Amino acid sequence: MNPDFHTQLRSKCYHCGEDCELELVSFAEKSFCCQGCKLVYEVLAQNDLCEYYQLESSPGKSQKAKSKLANRLDYLDDPDVIKQLMDFRNERESHVTFYIPQIHCASCIWLLENLFQINATIVGSRVDFVRKKVQLKFLHEKLSLKETVNLLSLLGYEPSISLSDLDQKSKNAVHKKTLSKLAVAGFCFGNMMLFSMPEYFSEAELLGEGFKGLFDYLNVLLSLPVVLYAASDYYLSAWNAVRKRTANMDVPIVLGIAALFLYSLWEIFMQGNAGYMDSLGGLLFFLLLGKIYQEKAFAALEFDRDYKAYFPVAVTRISKDGEEVIPLIKLRVGDVVLVRDEELIPADSMLLSAKASIDYSFVTGEEVPVPKRKGELIYAGGRQKGDPINLTIQKSPSQSYLTDLWNNESFDKSPKQLLEPLANRISGVFTWTVLAIAVVAFSFWIGTDVSLAVKSFTTVLIVACPCALSMSTPFTLGNALRIFGKGKFYLKNASVVERLALIDTVVFDKTGTLTDPANASIHYLGEPLLAETKAVVKGMVERSTHPLSNRIRLWLSDVNSADLEQVLEMKGEGIEAVYKDQVFRLGSRDFASAKKMEHVESGNYVFLSTERVDLGYFHIQSGLRKSAPEVVKKLSGDFDLHVLSGDQGHEQESLGRQLSADLHFSFDQSPVDKLNYLKELNHQGQNTLMLGDGLNDAGALQESQVGVAITDRVSHFSPASDAILDAESFSKIPAFLGFARDSRLIIKASFGLSFLYNILGLSLAIQGLLSPVLCAILMPLSSISVVVFTTLATNFMGIRKGLIHLNHP
Amino acid sequence: MEVIFLLIGISLLLAVTFLFLFFRANKSGQFDDDYTPSVRILFESQPKKSIKDQPKKSKSHE
Repeated sequence: MNPDFHTQLRSKCYHCGEDCELELVSFAEKSFCCQGCKLVYEVLAQNDLCEYYQLESSPGKSQKAKSKLANRLDYLDDPDVIKQLMDFRNERESHVTFYIPQIHCASCIWLLENLFQINATIVGSRVDFVRKKVQLKFLHEKLSLKETVNLLSLLGYEPSISLSDLDQKSKNAVHKKTLSKLAVAGFCFGNMMLFSMPEYFSEAELLGEGFKGLFDYLNVLLSLPVVLYAASDYYLSAWNAVRKRTANMDVPIVLGIAALFLYSLWEIFMQGNAGYMDSLGGLLFFLLLGKIYQEKAFAALEFDRDYKAYFPVAVTRISKDGEEVIPLIKLRVGDVVLVRDEELIPADSMLLSAKASIDYSFVTGEEVPVPKRKGELIYAGGRQKGDPINLTIQKSPSQSYLTDLWNNESFDKSPKQLLEPLANRISGVFTWTVLAIAVVAFSFWIGTDVSLAVKSFTTVLIVACPCALSMSTPFTLGNALRIFGKGKFYLKNASVVERLALIDTVVFDKTGTLTDPANASIHYLGEPLLAETKAVVKGMVERSTHPLSNRIRLWLSDVNSADLEQVLEMKGEGIEAVYKDQVFRLGSRDFASAKKMEHVESGNYVFLSTERVDLGYFHIQSGLRKSAPEVVKKLSGDFDLHVLSGDQGHEQESLGRQLSADLHFSFDQSPVDKLNYLKELNHQGQNTLMLGDGLNDAGALQESQVGVAITDRVSHFSPASDAILDAESFSKIPAFLGFARDSRLIIKASFGLSFLYNILGLSLAIQGLLSPVLCAILMPLSSISVVVFTTLATNFMGIRKGLIHLNHP
Repeated sequence: MEVIFLLIGISLLLAVTFLFLFFRANKSGQFDDDYTPSVRILFESQPKKSIKDQPKKSKSHE
């Protein structure tokens, strides 16, 4: 890995920074790895946009794999598609937002925001770096949507337009509303504090009665937006809970707000006292702050994607009149479609061409392509590798083997109601207890003093208003979410933390989750390999991007490759090379070998031959993830462990040996089987955690209490789930589960703390001893101390579990 | 002391103005993306196309 510096400098592509080993294109004293990269440079140079290369070195992405088909974007001329993609359109301008996964650095932002310099009909463009989106405004009379996409694609920023983009979008609005409510609560709270000041200081007497009255009325005025607008979410949530005859956290909050507001009105208008409007404002302000903290999770990640996010918008249909590109929604059963290299099979269909090689990595996590022959059924979701193939559609895209999963009832269920949050259960008890105490206090005083009875009744409700109680949950979970995120474990929302804490059963998917393609085990069988032959093989596999070639290349990492005269890769078949006038072939049995042989073990075979004489074969088996045995061992004490796999069962023995004996294996599981397996476990009362990576796990991920998708690139592909785990952090799973349990303990402890405050406050309130000043001090003090306690405690536990480090934050 | 009535009115009016401005900013999407602007501000504003023929200097590799 250390060639001398000079060659390294020369062979790096100026555009994308990749090595120019296969091809070297020189242009303007710069080297490029392919024509595509050179083309991008040319366009930028012509338009004086070379600052792109100054902001970051080699900022581009390689253009090698780019599809060059001119008609692939034809569906963008379809009026229905245009209408659904546009954000806004008037007589002159069109606005459209694209998701561009290639956005990765400052140069990308700069170039995409300077598009108008290349084409003046683009009026403006705005990048949202975190979400990898760009909003374009263009004059649609001079530039069509298709031409716009073409331009982006020419620059190497082809937007990814998937089926889900055609559905209506409504995101981000929730966050904006909460922010507005927070602003209102903050504004009113601040001003009410100011106007309440005179009440706390006796010097204010100097101002006279007129001012005091004015301040109180101003407080009433300011409290109206708080009660009517800022608190509206809580009314809705509490009302929903009451209608279902349950009590969630929001019921006591609403009771508290109502008591505080009505009692203060009565105090101000009937008694001429100050009331507690400032406390009301403060309560809402802190509550909403906690809510924002909880909501503001991970904007760049999407957790609710279904197959639509991965399926193309358009397919090439072959009809009597030739090829045409049509939107996927218009595809009918019986249509003949053309699927080219690297394109996705849109629906279950039958192969009309002689051969195909389908990569199901998308679906199962296994990246080695599967060979298919004429007449075989090909399931949707696979990706063709090699020559274009023809297919007849057998089922509509939404009814296919894979996509049918989303028609299962599990996906209709409202988001997991299986487990009631801890806070809701406690607050149910809490609400009734407080009401009982208030009634008791009221009936105790009613005989002697009516006004004192009313006062103690309301002060009990006010003081017991669970501001500290209700704040401990969002702040603990919000902070836990942040700590999980630092460990590269991204949870969809805070309630997942609570569910995670109760997990007692962990179900692993095998392929891609327990196993890791990069960690394959390779056995070579046949005639011994000479050093020279090894060098030839290394030379051959270096020219190929096939996953099996990559694995052999890793296996031969300490061998220097030979200089080969002629290398030819036949997609889906193998590689042919000439070395010292001898033809070497490496690939599938049909391609490289003459011998018949029975496959006894699972795994992949790659055959090697010279001049049609067999040398031997490589047997490649997917290996376990490095940390898998350790993780399984650590978990096996506390959890019930299961492994599900779509493969045949012959690996069970070796897997069992490598991991541990306590695993329950189930092989030969279809996506629906996996879903039903989880359903069965749930019926038995287990709290299940499912770890999976492919679309075939989507059903199981949905059915489990906590579904975790494992992925190598967090912002890229993952099926719908409750959490996304970076594959790097696989070894931390036991720590994550432990930490989730800790956060539950912390919530319980902070409940204890706020109960202490409540008991203190209540004991004063029952006796009718609580003065406004004491009330005003007690309320914020208890809230703040609970927030500080939970934050410190979660951080401490995070450090102890090794999820955050003090030295390098 | 009656001037305080006026001052309170002004201070409230000022605060409401700020609240209104915040609403407007929130609605226009200013708080949607809190990362990109921090990068955008570092870009040089582009000089006009006059220096087009000027040859590009050395490669920017380290």
